Amino acid sequence: MAQPVELPDTIYVGPVIDPGHSLASVSDKVGGIVLKRRITLGWVFGLLLSFVLLQNLMAGATWLFIKGVGVWGINIPVGWGFAIINFVWWIGIGHAGTLISAILLLLNQSWRNAINRFAEAMTLFAVMCAGMFPVLHTGRPWLAYWLLPYPNTMGLWPQMRSPLLWDVFAVTTYLTISAVFWFVGLLPDLATLRDSSKSRTGQFIYGALSMGWRNSARHWQRYEKASLLLAGLATPLVVSVHTVVSFDFAVSLIPGWHTTIFPPYFVAGAIYSGFGMVLTLMIPVRKFYGLDDIITLRHLNNMAKVTLATGLIVAYGYAIEAFFGYFSADTYERYMIMNRMTGPYAIFYWCLILCNVINPQLLWFKKIRTNPLILWIISIVVNIGMWLERFVIVVTSLHRDFLPSSWGMYWPTIWDWAVYTGTIGLFMTLIFLFVRVLPMITIFELRMLLPGAEVKEPVAH
Amino acid sequence: MSGHTQQLEDGLYGLMAEFETPGQLVAAARKTREAGFKKFDAYTPYPIHELDDAMDLHDNRVSLFTLIGGILGCIGGFSLASWISAFALPLNIGGRPLISTPMFIPVTFECTILVGGLTAAISMILLNGLPTPYHPVFNVERFVNASRSKFFLCIESEDPKFDRAATEGFLESLHPEEIAEVAR
Repeated sequence: MAQPVELPDTIYVGPVIDPGHSLASVSDKVGGIVLKRRITLGWVFGLLLSFVLLQNLMAGATWLFIKGVGVWGINIPVGWGFAIINFVWWIGIGHAGTLISAILLLLNQSWRNAINRFAEAMTLFAVMCAGMFPVLHTGRPWLAYWLLPYPNTMGLWPQMRSPLLWDVFAVTTYLTISAVFWFVGLLPDLATLRDSSKSRTGQFIYGALSMGWRNSARHWQRYEKASLLLAGLATPLVVSVHTVVSFDFAVSLIPGWHTTIFPPYFVAGAIYSGFGMVLTLMIPVRKFYGLDDIITLRHLNNMAKVTLATGLIVAYGYAIEAFFGYFSADTYERYMIMNRMTGPYAIFYWCLILCNVINPQLLWFKKIRTNPLILWIISIVVNIGMWLERFVIVVTSLHRDFLPSSWGMYWPTIWDWAVYTGTIGLFMTLIFLFVRVLPMITIFELRMLLPGAEVKEPVAH
Repeated sequence: MSGHTQQLEDGLYGLMAEFETPGQLVAAARKTREAGFKKFDAYTPYPIHELDDAMDLHDNRVSLFTLIGGILGCIGGFSLASWISAFALPLNIGGRPLISTPMFIPVTFECTILVGGLTAAISMILLNGLPTPYHPVFNVERFVNASRSKFFLCIESEDPKFDRAATEGFLESLHPEEIAEVAR
């Protein structure tokens, strides 16, 4: 078992778990949030607010189904509006969960144990929100199954060379594997809840979900193997998903989209925005559920460092994009980048630079990285920045077509906003329900971090 | 607890010893294997890699199945893309090859991961014999702690070497916190 190597505080900020904890106390604390803690007014208020926001999606989608995509602000030349912006934004947010659960597992980063469950749940919910947009954007969502390759009386098959179809495969695989990985991780914790639940209903529900898991060493051996394999498979998957998303743009010939930097720059941006969202959610949860002894300052510090590192890659991406525009000596490329910086949408571009290039620089300071409130504000600005980035990429590249006669402007309508805010409502509703019904921290992996978990065989007698 | 009531041999699933620390359990498991027992199991609140060695657990079938699943997914994905593009709906666009390998890589890759990942999870669950709606170990009242803070070792009555009194004596020699009979 990998034990965290304790380095001096100058490198790490405190321990990964408060030294006062024992095997029993972590189980009771995390399990107790679900089993014992009374429903608080704050939770009800939060759920209600999210649920009200979710109704926007209901209204927005209904009106869309009645009228068609004309209710959105999209038109030629900007045929890809909010739907694609939000799709990419949500998918990107999801990436941090897989990064934390898979890549950090392979890298043996034990601090991930306290945050992976929550981050994976966030991934799942974010991908659900993301998946909604392409389906709604098809205009006739009830025919969305046409995207899948299946024998039909029309004799039609999807175009396997299209990045949009690759997206179908990438996103469905991502959703499936994330859900499977999440469920496999939940198995032992569901067994813990089954065993510590006092109510018959709780025992039945958690018992059925845990499938009779009994913590057998023979099971654990296969379990660990399967987890490792899933992590190994999810790692290239997460990189591939946003690469495929970036292909939607990069494979086209539109100036501003047709660049080779897109795949790595999109993946870095995804992780950057994902960590932003993890921080946005984790800091309040940690505070309201009194989990600062399990999700310690060290976690916040580490996550802030990842945000800073990926933020710098994103900043490099912006610089290279501008350089490509200049260096290509291509009229359209140059015009596109000039238009982005000084055209009608320039304000969005400069806000994006402020949010994604200037803002993360604050994270160089340890005082800021370990100050939850300031970190929380920075993380929200990161989320806004990444949304602006997608807006800039989609809209400014499209609205000035090759011929000035086809130039146009794009502004979202109220229905665009309804669907967008509605998915935020859906996401938050799911998060609120999640923290009440499932252990938000992987209990069995937390146990492995405790000093008492180390195997010290007694001297033979 | 039914620990001290006399039970019929055939109504007995096994004998269970409880330990306080993972180290004691690993040592006990090793001694149990060295004593020649085959049908026994350890129960721990988290995976203990030292046990794989102590109990000689080397089941690599999950890896093998995952590999097979991954290869099948890979072949399946590529075949699907090729079959659709070359046979089901061939579209001649400027004389480009119908089987355009580089364009099929993303789909092939995603299918590899999808089938491989599903195989990993499903084979782990099935090889572990899950779902198991009923299992005798849960008849021991203190066993709820196996998913919380305690470490258990159970020698099953089906083991050829199992003998009610001798096995209990053997378990005593491992210095457990407690020994309990597991009703079937």
